[in-house]
Amino acid sequence: MKTKRHFIPVLTICAAILVLWYVACIPMNAVVAETKITAAGGGFANTLAVSWGLDRPVIPAPHQIVTEIWNSVFLIAPWKVKSLVFHIWVTLTSTMLGFVMGTLLGVGLAVAIIHSKLLNKSLMPWIIASQTIPILAIAPMIIGVLGSVGFTGLVPKSLISMYLCFFPIAIGMVKGLTSPDPMQLDLMRTYNASASQVLWKLRFPAAMPFLFTSLKVAIAIALTGAIVGELPTGAQGGLGARMLAGSYYGQTIQIWAALVAASFVAASLVYAIGGMERVVNVRMGARP
Amino acid sequence: MAQAVIEAKDLGLTFQTADGPVFALSKVDLSVEEGDFVSFIGPSGCGKTTLLRAIADLEKFTEGTLTVNGMMPEQARLARSYGYVFQAPALYPWRTVEANVGLPLEIMGIGDAASRIQRNLDLVNLSGFEKKFPWQLSGGMQQRVSIARALAFDPKLLLMDEPFGALDEIVRDKLNQQLLELWDRTKKTVVFVTHSIPEAVFLSTKIVVMSPRPGRIIDVIKTNFPRQRTLDIRETPEFLKIAQRVREGLKAGHAYED
Repeated sequence: MKTKRHFIPVLTICAAILVLWYVACIPMNAVVAETKITAAGGGFANTLAVSWGLDRPVIPAPHQIVTEIWNSVFLIAPWKVKSLVFHIWVTLTSTMLGFVMGTLLGVGLAVAIIHSKLLNKSLMPWIIASQTIPILAIAPMIIGVLGSVGFTGLVPKSLISMYLCFFPIAIGMVKGLTSPDPMQLDLMRTYNASASQVLWKLRFPAAMPFLFTSLKVAIAIALTGAIVGELPTGAQGGLGARMLAGSYYGQTIQIWAALVAASFVAASLVYAIGGMERVVNVRMGARP
Repeated sequence: MAQAVIEAKDLGLTFQTADGPVFALSKVDLSVEEGDFVSFIGPSGCGKTTLLRAIADLEKFTEGTLTVNGMMPEQARLARSYGYVFQAPALYPWRTVEANVGLPLEIMGIGDAASRIQRNLDLVNLSGFEKKFPWQLSGGMQQRVSIARALAFDPKLLLMDEPFGALDEIVRDKLNQQLLELWDRTKKTVVFVTHSIPEAVFLSTKIVVMSPRPGRIIDVIKTNFPRQRTLDIRETPEFLKIAQRVREGLKAGHAYED
């Protein structure tokens, strides 16, 4: 019932965006398309046909992107460099590695911070400062420095993902680990419970909703981090490399296909975390 | 004579706040003997909860002496001498009823959990609800779970901070009756904070009347009702006389303010 009710508004928004996109293609591609439209004899029909069918458009029409994705996903073997699946896989592996490291780092920092006022005061400013540095500025340095000591490929990219995604996890988990109310904490005190018992039996379970909210943010920016990490390296694989190659050769359709693939991957990852959250909620007896 | 379970002499507790010191407790003398059911009654701000928390070592007293089982409150807490029931059930929502009752057993590493959980759930008439989660129970049932949890590791002393304050009159009467039966059966020492006169008189062997600013004891009344009693005693002249005396005490304590 619920799905059905939401079906029409969702489709309407999608359709509106598509219409807007197709309309916008005409003036935005005018620079490249003008002479070709004239050559084809002008007129409304030619304007549409040319604007929506350019080889190297300023902005490709949606069906061009879909075609490119179809071709590079289903018509090429996935282990070939020209396959989009290959690039998705490369980016996904470094995203996941960075995400796991970032999660461990973020949770570890949060646990340290809530147990020590000193650490809270001394670490927090650095954690916040770390996120004010534009990642595009330091990504090449990280890649370069690590490359010079022999780390190339997966690890440097993952470190950039980790650098970006530990932050929401640390902040969210500090909030989550301190979320138990005073009575629940006093109860542990009356039992003379150790700090680690309080952590495992009270603080972590209470922090679960906060953790999952942070994980959703973190996994999306871990993907961004991996893509950014692929830009300055001259990497042969990955969605970032694919976008960069596309921009070198004016392959806007290829860039857009990679962009759409990236957002599809991000959405899937966030959705997967949502699924894990639901499973955990059921196991923790949440009110349905 | 048996050793006092709780002994306070000249006890004082001052909170340092931004607006200056708050004298939460001042010159409190109190003795609770084994098997007693002692109620602290008084208006809000009279320090009755603070006194209970000081006994539990959840607050640190600042003057005088206080012993629990002959020990400093901190030692008594570290020795896990008491079970504490809070104003709200404070159940962990991700744990089932049995897992909540079993929590202190897990923390203290006490074996024999299943039978202890069963026995204490029986004691609060909640057998059959083991697998339920807290949100599936009414407020009164949740509070009974928290009582079972406080009893799970079999402490001799039970500290209860307005445990039935948030419940309606009918449920409260029933739980008072059950609590009294439980006290009679288990021979525990109970210290009970309340602001209800009938509740205090009905339950207690000793009523401690308190007054605010500074928090202090203004009257201690011993009652002499049989251990096994029913709600009917509330109609007896003796009950009404004690309730009257409590009321007078509370009124006298308030006179300072006007």
